[in-house]
Amino acid sequence: MSQHDNNHEHHGIGYGGLTLVWLGLLALTSITVSIAGISLGEYTLFVAMGIACVKSILVVNYFMHIKFEEPIFKVFIGISLFTLVVIFILTYFDISFR
Amino acid sequence: MSQSDQAITASGDHGHEHRDDIGSKMGMWLFLFTELLLFGGMFLAYGYYRYLYSDEFHFAATELSTSIGTLNTVILLTSSLTVALAIAAIQKGKKNFAIFNLVVTIGFALAFMVNKYFEWAAKMHHGIYPGADELLAKSNGEIIFFGLYYVMTGLHGLHVVIGLVLLAVMLVFVIQDKITKDKYVALENSGLYWHLVDLIWIFLFPLFYLIQ
Repeated sequence: MSQHDNNHEHHGIGYGGLTLVWLGLLALTSITVSIAGISLGEYTLFVAMGIACVKSILVVNYFMHIKFEEPIFKVFIGISLFTLVVIFILTYFDISFR
Repeated sequence: MSQSDQAITASGDHGHEHRDDIGSKMGMWLFLFTELLLFGGMFLAYGYYRYLYSDEFHFAATELSTSIGTLNTVILLTSSLTVALAIAAIQKGKKNFAIFNLVVTIGFALAFMVNKYFEWAAKMHHGIYPGADELLAKSNGEIIFFGLYYVMTGLHGLHVVIGLVLLAVMLVFVIQDKITKDKYVALENSGLYWHLVDLIWIFLFPLFYLIQ
């Protein structure tokens, strides 16, 4: 039954909402491009990656519809991102303690 | 009677149609995670070499055109919107609006590849391609930067081409009414693939084009 209920909720945020998300993504792109011209030293990379993460969250939640999907999808994404982060962190330790 | 009940009874002459849209999407997401690990490994290699050759990476990146990178970012973001609009339209039964949005998406995908062609052609014209004498005369850090640049944007470009073909097939299905208001999970999954292509570019763009 839950599948049938889900079919009715499939409409998500509609044309207007999707267009707003797109405008947000364009705004974030122009911010990241203009910030690249300013030298923030060590923080430049972190700011650029932070903005990329915010953009990804918008794309995954609204364009990829995850905000309106069943919770199991969020569990899936959490586990795979966790795996990726573990691989990154372990490699980081390997490099920095050589 | 809900929409999917109607879909099941409509195909009554072949017995019951076994369909699990959630399971289908779950399978697509599992596939996307393998893609995430594929690109993740490359981002890891990038991170390590950028840490080793930080100055060379900054110097080498000045060769890349920020404006063509920004243009391709806008193209991909907009194509992600149009594919999401196509799915929203088919859910509402607006077939023509869905077709329009899919055609626009495919157009943007082609525009992305045309830009990529001009970008790579200009690099190669300046002797920057894997194995070129001019590139091999540069420092190790620069050689690695351009190696990663070609592998990562190349693999991403391959994904754009695959996505383009996939969306073209979906367009035909929508025209032939094989994808309808009640049965659109194939279009949704193709959309998910296309959004993944966009997601990867969201990270490639600042890492290669914005590190002057």
